[in-house]
Amino acid sequence: MSTATADLHQAPAEPAVNYLNASYGIKSWLLTLDHKRIGLLYLASITVMFVVGGVAATLMRLHLVEPQGALFEPETYNKMFSTHGIIMVFFFLVPSIPATLGNFLIPLMIGARDVAFPKLNLMSWYIFMTGSALALYGTISGGVDTGWTFYPPYSSLYSETHVVAVALGIFIAGFSSILTGLNFIVTIHKMRAPGMTWFRLPLFIWALYATSLIFVLGTPVIAITVFLLGLERLLHVGIFDPAVGGDPLLFQHMFWFYSHPAVYIMILPGMGVISELITAFSRKKIFGYSFVAFSSLSIAVISFIVWGHHMFVTGQAIYAGLVFSVLSFLVAIPSAVKVFNWTATLYRGSISYEAPMLYALGFIGLFTIGGLTGLFLASLATDVHLNGTYFIVAHFHYIMVGGAVMAYLGGIHFWWPKISGRMYPDMWARISAAIIFLGFNLTFFPQFMLGYLGMPRRYAIYPAEFQVLNVLSSAGASILGIGYVIPLIYLTWSMRYGPVAGPNPWKAKGLEWTIPSPPPTENFEKIPIVTEPAYNYPAIEAHDYPDAPGVARV
Amino acid sequence: MAVHSTHPPGFAHQFETVEQQREAGHLGMWIFLATEILFFGGMFTAYVVYRALHLPSFILGSHELLVKFGATNTAVLICSSLTMALAIRTAQTGGSKGTIIVWLLLTMALGAAFLGIKLRYEWYRDYVEGLIPGVSWLSGGTHTPGVKMFMCFYFFMTGLHALHMVVGLGILTVLVVMTARNRFSAEYYAPLEISGLYWHFVDIVWIFLFPLLYLIGGRYPGS
Amino acid sequence: MTEPHGSDYHAPHIVPVGTYVLVFLALMLGTALTTWIAYIDLKAWNTVAALTIAVCKMLLVVLFFMHVKYSKGLTRIVIIGAFFWLGIMITLTCSDELTRHWEIVPQGWSAGALHLFRLLF
Repeated sequence: MSTATADLHQAPAEPAVNYLNASYGIKSWLLTLDHKRIGLLYLASITVMFVVGGVAATLMRLHLVEPQGALFEPETYNKMFSTHGIIMVFFFLVPSIPATLGNFLIPLMIGARDVAFPKLNLMSWYIFMTGSALALYGTISGGVDTGWTFYPPYSSLYSETHVVAVALGIFIAGFSSILTGLNFIVTIHKMRAPGMTWFRLPLFIWALYATSLIFVLGTPVIAITVFLLGLERLLHVGIFDPAVGGDPLLFQHMFWFYSHPAVYIMILPGMGVISELITAFSRKKIFGYSFVAFSSLSIAVISFIVWGHHMFVTGQAIYAGLVFSVLSFLVAIPSAVKVFNWTATLYRGSISYEAPMLYALGFIGLFTIGGLTGLFLASLATDVHLNGTYFIVAHFHYIMVGGAVMAYLGGIHFWWPKISGRMYPDMWARISAAIIFLGFNLTFFPQFMLGYLGMPRRYAIYPAEFQVLNVLSSAGASILGIGYVIPLIYLTWSMRYGPVAGPNPWKAKGLEWTIPSPPPTENFEKIPIVTEPAYNYPAIEAHDYPDAPGVARV
Repeated sequence: MAVHSTHPPGFAHQFETVEQQREAGHLGMWIFLATEILFFGGMFTAYVVYRALHLPSFILGSHELLVKFGATNTAVLICSSLTMALAIRTAQTGGSKGTIIVWLLLTMALGAAFLGIKLRYEWYRDYVEGLIPGVSWLSGGTHTPGVKMFMCFYFFMTGLHALHMVVGLGILTVLVVMTARNRFSAEYYAPLEISGLYWHFVDIVWIFLFPLLYLIGGRYPGS
Repeated sequence: MTEPHGSDYHAPHIVPVGTYVLVFLALMLGTALTTWIAYIDLKAWNTVAALTIAVCKMLLVVLFFMHVKYSKGLTRIVIIGAFFWLGIMITLTCSDELTRHWEIVPQGWSAGALHLFRLLF
C-alpha cells in the first residue's frame, strides 16, 4: 500500500479496491451507507439544482439588457427571480459544502470509519431529493412570484402561484439539513480518533461543527414558519393577515430568525475550506488556530441575534432596529479575524498558485468586499437608502458567489484527487478560475453602482439611464456562466482520463491525505492515533530556498 | 483492525465500542429534541406575541375550552411517562420481556386514551360548535376574529402535538415487536431509552400547552 | 464474550422505583395545583404561577424520567442551549412587536443621552 512518503519518481498506483468500485450497480449506490458515496449522491443532486438556478439567473440577466425588459412580462420576471433565489438558497448553497465535502471528509479528517448515523445520512439525501422534487414540480408547473422570502400577505392571500408546493418542498428539505447537522455534531463529538483532541482538528471541522449548530437551531424555525404560511394559505385563517389582527412582520421575524443564520450556513463551510487551502498552498500552519476556531463558533452564535437588520424599513420598532444594528456590526468581527489570520498565514509562506489556491485568494478578496459592504447595510441611516436596491443584491452575491461558490469550487478541486483518485488538468482549472473571477466581478460590481444610484431590485423594467451598467452586468454573467461550465467538463473527463493522483498529490497535512485515493470503503485499515497538531508543516527550511530573501532560519 | 469478537446485539460497525454507540445515540436524540424545542418554539413565539397583543380575545377563546378534559389529559400523559420510565427500568435491571411489554402496552393505551379524549370530547365538540377555523367556523356571538386567532393556535399547537403522539405510538409499536423478539437485555436497551426520551418530551410539550391554552388569564369569575 | 466496553465505561445509573413514583405523584400534584390556582383571582400572577408550576413539572420530568440528573454535562448544554435559543427568538421578536407604539419624542442631545443611559442601566 502506498504511504505518504511515496517515491516521487514512481507513478502512484490506484488502489484496486476502493469505495467507488467496491460494489456495482445502481442499488449499491441508492442504498449505500457509505458517507463517501452519499457525498457523491449529494454532489450530483446539487449540481443539477445549481444548473436550474443558473438557468433562471441567465434568463434574468438576458431580460435585463433592455430597460423595458427583453424577454418577459413582469409577472414572469417575478417568477424568474423567485425561482433563482429559492433554488440557489435552499437547494444549492445550504447543502453545498456540508452535504458534499462535509459528508465525504468529516469521517476522514477525524479518523473515523463513517458518520455516527449512516442510515440517517442516507435518509437525509432521500428527504432532500423529495423536497427538491416538490420544489421543481412547483417551479415547472408555473413557479412562485413571491420572491424567496415569501412575505405575507402577498404570499398567503394574493399570489396565485404554487406557493404551497414550493413551501412544502422547502419544509421537507429543511429536515434533510437538520438530520445532517445532527449527524455531524454527534460524529465530531463522539467519533474522533484517539489523540484527535478538539484543538488538533482541522479548521474545516470546526467550521462544519459551527454550521451544524446553526442547522440544528435555526432550520426548525423556518420549518414551522413555512408550515404556518401553508396553513394560512390553505385555510385562510388570518395568522399573518392584518385585517383580522395578524401581523405580517411576525412572519418576517420568524422567517429571518432562520434565514439570517442560513447565510452563515452558506459561508461558514466555505471559510473552513479556505483555511485548508491557504495552509496547504502556503505550506504553513494557520496563524492563530484557536482564534480561527472560536471565530467560527462566534459567527454561529452571533448570527442568531442580528436578523432584524433585514427588517429595518418594514415598520419594525425603532428600538428593535437599534439593537439589531449594533449587534450586526458585532458579527463582522469574527469574520475579520479570519481574514486577518488567513493573510498572516500567507505571509512568509511558500505560496504556489494551483487552481484551489486561486479560488482561495479570490475568496479572500471578494468576501472582504462583500463583508465590508454589509457594514453600510447594518447602519440604519444608510440602509434606508440602500435597502431594496441592487446594492443589496451585489452585497450578498459577493459573499455567496464570490465567497461561498468559489470556496466550494476550490474545495472540489483540492479534494478531487481524493474523491476520484485522478488529477484534473491544472491549466484548464486555472483558466476557468480566472474566467470565473473576471466574469463574477464584471457581473456584480456594476450592481453596487446601480444600487447606489437607486435602481430597485426585483424590478422587471428600469429607467434607461441604468442600461449601460445592466448590460455590463449581463455580459459578465455570460462570462461567469462559461467559467462554470468548463470545470464540469474537465472534472468529468478526469474521472476516466486524468492521471492517477496517489494518496497525497498536494503533499498536504491531514488524516485524509494519509489514506489511498480513492479511499477504501472502511476509510482506515487501522484507526490512526493522532499525535501531531493540525497543519504540522515543517518550518520552511533555509537550505530548500537558498536564494529566497528573509526565509525563516530554523 | 478491531478484533472480530462476538459483538453484542445491535452493535453498529462504524463505532469502536458499545459505550461510544450508546453515547452517540443519546446525544443524537437529545439534539433531535433540541430541534423539536425550536420547532414547537416557533409556534410558542407566535402565540406569546399574539397573546400579548390580543389578550382579551385570547382569554375569551380559552374559555371555550373545557378544563376538565385538559387536566385529565395532562394526568393521562403523566401516567404514561411513568409507565414508559418503568418499561426502561425493567430492561435495565434485566427484567422479563413480558414485563417490559406490559409497561409499553400500558404506555400505548394511555397515549391512545389521550388521543381518544382529544378527538371525541374536545375536537369533535369544537367541530359541532363551529369553532374550527377554516373547517367549521361559525362567526357571531363569542366567535370573534380574535377568538378565531386563538382557536387557530389551539388547533395548530395541539394538532402538531397530537401528530407527535401518533408517531410516538408508532415507535412504541416497533419497540413492542422488538422486545417480543428478544432484542433487548440489561446490556442493550438503547432504543427503549432513546424512545423514552422522545415520549417524555411529548409529555413536556403538553405540560406547557395545558396552562397556556386552557388556563391562561385565569378561570376565576370575572376573568 | 470479549469485553466490548471502552476504558471509559461506567454502568448507567438505575433509578429506584420509589423515586419514579414520588416524581409521578409530584407531577400529579402540580397538575392539580395549577388547575386549582386558575380558579383563584390573582390577576397577572395567575400566568406567573401557571408557568412556574409548568417549569417545575418539566424539570422533574427532565431530571428524573429523562435521567438528566445522572447524565453528562454535554446533555445539559444541549437542553439549556435549545431553551436559550428559544428565549432569543421570543425576546428579540417581542422587542419589536411590543415596542412598536412607543413614541419617540425628539429632544436635545443631552436628553437623548440620559434616555440611553436609563435604557442601558
